[in-house]
Amino acid sequence: MANYLNVNYGIRSWLLTKDHKRIALLYLGAVTLFFFVGGAAAVMFRIELLTPEGDLVQAETYNKLFTMHGIVMIFLFLIPAIPAVLGNFLLPMMLGARDLAFPRLNLASWYVFILGALFMLGALLAGGVDTGWTFYPPYSTVSSNTYVVATALGAFIVGFSSIMTALNFIVTIHTMRAPGQTWFRLPLFIWSHYATSVIILLGTPVLAISIVLLALERVFGLGIFNPDLGGDPVLFQHLFWFYSHPAVYIMILPAMGVISELITTFSRKRIFSYHFVAFASIAIAVLGFFVWGHHMFVSGQSVYASMVFSLLSMLVAIPSAIKVFNWTATLYKGSISYDTPLLYALYFIGLFTIGGLTGLFLATLGLDVHVHDTYFVVAHFHYIMVGGTIMGYLGGLHFWWPKISGRMYPEGWAKFAALVIFVGFNLTFFPQFILGYLGMPRRYYAYPEEFQVLNVMSSAGASILAVGYLIPMIYMVWSMRYGPLASANPFGASGLEWRTPSPPPTENFPTTPIVTEEVYVYPAERERGAAV
Amino acid sequence: MRFNLPLFPEQASTIAGRVDALYFFLVGVSLFFTLVIFIAVVYFAVKYHHKTDEPHAPHLVADNLRLEIIWTVVPLALTLVLFFWGASVYFSMSRAPDNALEIFVVGRQWMWKFQHPDGQREINELHVPVGQPVKLVIASEDVIHSFFVPAFRVKYDAVPGRYTTVWFEATKTGRFHMFCAEYCGTLHSGMIGRVVVLEPAQYAAWLSGELQGAGTAAAATSPRAEGSAADRGFRLFQQLGCAACHLQQRQGIGPMLSGVFGSEVRLQDGRTVHADETYIRESILQPQAKITAGFQTLMPSFQGRVSEEDLLELLAYIKSIGQRQTLDARRQTP
Amino acid sequence: MSIQRSANAAPPSDLLAHQFDDIEQQHDAASLGMWAFLATEVMFFGGMFLGYAVYRYRFAGVFAEASNHMDIVLGTLNTAILIGSSLTVVLAVHAAQRDDRRLLQRMLALTMFLGAIFLAIKFTEYFHKYEETLVPGINLVLANERDRQAAIFYSFYFAMSGMHALHMIIGIAVFAVLFGAARRGRYTSAYHTPVELAGLYWHFVDIIWIFLFPLFYLLGRHQ
Repeated sequence: MANYLNVNYGIRSWLLTKDHKRIALLYLGAVTLFFFVGGAAAVMFRIELLTPEGDLVQAETYNKLFTMHGIVMIFLFLIPAIPAVLGNFLLPMMLGARDLAFPRLNLASWYVFILGALFMLGALLAGGVDTGWTFYPPYSTVSSNTYVVATALGAFIVGFSSIMTALNFIVTIHTMRAPGQTWFRLPLFIWSHYATSVIILLGTPVLAISIVLLALERVFGLGIFNPDLGGDPVLFQHLFWFYSHPAVYIMILPAMGVISELITTFSRKRIFSYHFVAFASIAIAVLGFFVWGHHMFVSGQSVYASMVFSLLSMLVAIPSAIKVFNWTATLYKGSISYDTPLLYALYFIGLFTIGGLTGLFLATLGLDVHVHDTYFVVAHFHYIMVGGTIMGYLGGLHFWWPKISGRMYPEGWAKFAALVIFVGFNLTFFPQFILGYLGMPRRYYAYPEEFQVLNVMSSAGASILAVGYLIPMIYMVWSMRYGPLASANPFGASGLEWRTPSPPPTENFPTTPIVTEEVYVYPAERERGAAV
Repeated sequence: MRFNLPLFPEQASTIAGRVDALYFFLVGVSLFFTLVIFIAVVYFAVKYHHKTDEPHAPHLVADNLRLEIIWTVVPLALTLVLFFWGASVYFSMSRAPDNALEIFVVGRQWMWKFQHPDGQREINELHVPVGQPVKLVIASEDVIHSFFVPAFRVKYDAVPGRYTTVWFEATKTGRFHMFCAEYCGTLHSGMIGRVVVLEPAQYAAWLSGELQGAGTAAAATSPRAEGSAADRGFRLFQQLGCAACHLQQRQGIGPMLSGVFGSEVRLQDGRTVHADETYIRESILQPQAKITAGFQTLMPSFQGRVSEEDLLELLAYIKSIGQRQTLDARRQTP
Repeated sequence: MSIQRSANAAPPSDLLAHQFDDIEQQHDAASLGMWAFLATEVMFFGGMFLGYAVYRYRFAGVFAEASNHMDIVLGTLNTAILIGSSLTVVLAVHAAQRDDRRLLQRMLALTMFLGAIFLAIKFTEYFHKYEETLVPGINLVLANERDRQAAIFYSFYFAMSGMHALHMIIGIAVFAVLFGAARRGRYTSAYHTPVELAGLYWHFVDIIWIFLFPLFYLLGRHQ
């Protein structure tokens, strides 16, 4: 039967496609590649950190490795992954639509993404960047002699890709919902992506302008951030973090949307307090714009400004907590199946809880002074981004894999890989909380000898984690050819996307469906493997 | 590798205990909520596990507004407690006591330079007396650095173009790690050293040069013959020609500077500013920014002609020719 | 964002993209898309305005003095030209709404022409600045503290007016495409969304200039 994968063949049919599903796969290929590039950098520097001295690579190389790890992982993986892969694939389908509002803009966004990535990777191959992903001047404008402008331009371009996707999502959600699909009948995945898109729309341009000013300063020797020329280096920090703090919500909200879908499906129960979860996403997006100064408590910012930022940072933790409680409550009296996607969702809940709570350590003023710029921060954000976002991404990828590929992944291997990832992850990052409180600063390639045991533990964990990530790569690819064929709704999930064949036809729905019921309804008829 | 596994840093300052109390409270809260969630999740997952061959039996669980409110309000209350507690500690960290011993710090790629008020200079090692508040006035010669002593639980960025300060009071003698905590280039990890806390008598002895090179390969102490920082500042004041306009005994082309530090200065445009360290520095580098009322805009800028250390020495001199301490003089700069 | 449609005109079916159910949905989507894009532009320029504001506050005197070096005659002329071009855009949309193809083409052409004049004047100003050695990073000499602060003024001037000019160039290119389509009769009272939305974009670019002009040209005038 004709579906979006086999409707036509040839590289042109993929590179010039307007089908959101094919574009999602183009993104899947790209972000997977970039994930392994960023991961390779991490492998290198975790090996270096096995010993207290700097002995594997030179200091400059090490600095380039952690910089590229951060830049590639954040801009080329964490920000695009869930929205551009799962969001692109599922958004129109969840709304009963044939495509996004602007299919050509969607394709353009992929090309812009690749162009930006080429700039960054080109800079990497030409010799790399060593400023840290935060690009602080004056080091980045006056002192570093690496490819700052090329990398920054890459980030600038990739930002446009992000904005294009966000714009597409917002317009689609507003104007193309199926008849009967009111806002409160939308899957929570949509609410999360809507909130994410609003953040992208309003925040990314500010990053763009920060990068433009930084690049101009470096190229023309301007004095906007250079104190020798009357400028203010802290101004850059304000402009940079005004985007980069909301950016972390860009990275986590889509994953939270995935978790809502997974928990409900595999408990066969509607979400506990739908409205609270939906509004929590919006609250996170809004509050997230007002807390950027918590990255600057010891940067020269006034004490009173710091207090305001600390207070607001406490507030932004609350909607996330609400979500965690609601997901947990959804499990109560459910009918729970232990499928791999649920495993990832449960891992997410646990690890995100730890990550989120450690964020409170950083929001607390007197304490942040000690742990700022140490491994404690590194551990915190990896718990959120890896323990949170990547778990959500993998859970979602497994859940919707039958819809995307028409095949089932091997359940045994999938569970095994999930466990390896979970163990590897915790071994890698939990010791870093301890290292951070002990005082080991970030971005150090040599460290005092007493920190070695914890670093060795962390590096050992990283090697396990790396293996863990390779396993799904292998079996997902394997399943595309040899996996058992999937039915339309192998998990008995709710949601319009499951009312299409696996894989779906290009047009998704022969006629636009009409929505008559609330979301997350699981009648007895919709058991696993049923036709609808 | 020797199996050396420290899990917690030692406490060596008066503020460390307060920071650690906050930390342990948060660890307790985190452990509590993590366990609650973990246990609930695992318990529900096991108890409500559905066996594959049986039909599903989904339950209808009504939303519970009261529960929502409880688990919104309780975390909110908790975070507010954290905020006030943390803010209080931070506030204490931002105000050095009046009797603090002031030491100048200049960070540069990739070393820390210290200057004691009496002129003693060090590199990558800072000797301080125990039981005495110490206030560091920090400058950077090039890029942003950050002065960090884990055992004291204090840290503050060294930002080029301005002064920042941090203070601590050491509670025990010993040698403690000192790190640069803001990435600053190639040898960022090498910009480390030690804070050496001595008994007051030993510190005095060290200052007077008796404890030369006490196990400090990296330290470089200058001969005391050069005088104190203020002495050096006075010499610079002459050499750079400041004395030509800023006379000692009477008003010259420029305002008299004795008693300026710590006072309120009225400017040409009507504003009044507090003459703190940053004001003095700015007046030397960007004299047009804040012109004292009643004077002309004649002073040239010394940008590029004075190093950060020179500026600190000039600052020491200006402080030495009389300061009017007001309440505001003790606040964090800027 | 409803528009008047003439009762018996229907949009050609090839104008309805396959993902939309009807022309109204398509129009709503396009409009919302343009407004969302303009929101990003507000944030983009807003960041620069913020940077400008910080330094304007810090170096008030120098900024006011530097503002006197701007050519107020050319600046005012450009302001009038740009506002005039917004008028021609409005007339173009109006023409499309009334199926007046001739007027639509003329107004689009006039808008492009006025935009081009604006750019010509702007580049003339840039050239004057170059002759007066006031271009930071190129030939602006930083001899003293005043120069350094003035350099920040000129940096923002070139960055912001340059960004604005770039947006105008893109706008003119868009109008050129629309002009071609208008000549082929693509825009009628039933369908002229691209003209409408390009008009919106152009008005936005105009508004940015309306903020730029006083901030750079009129700062020191009242002193």
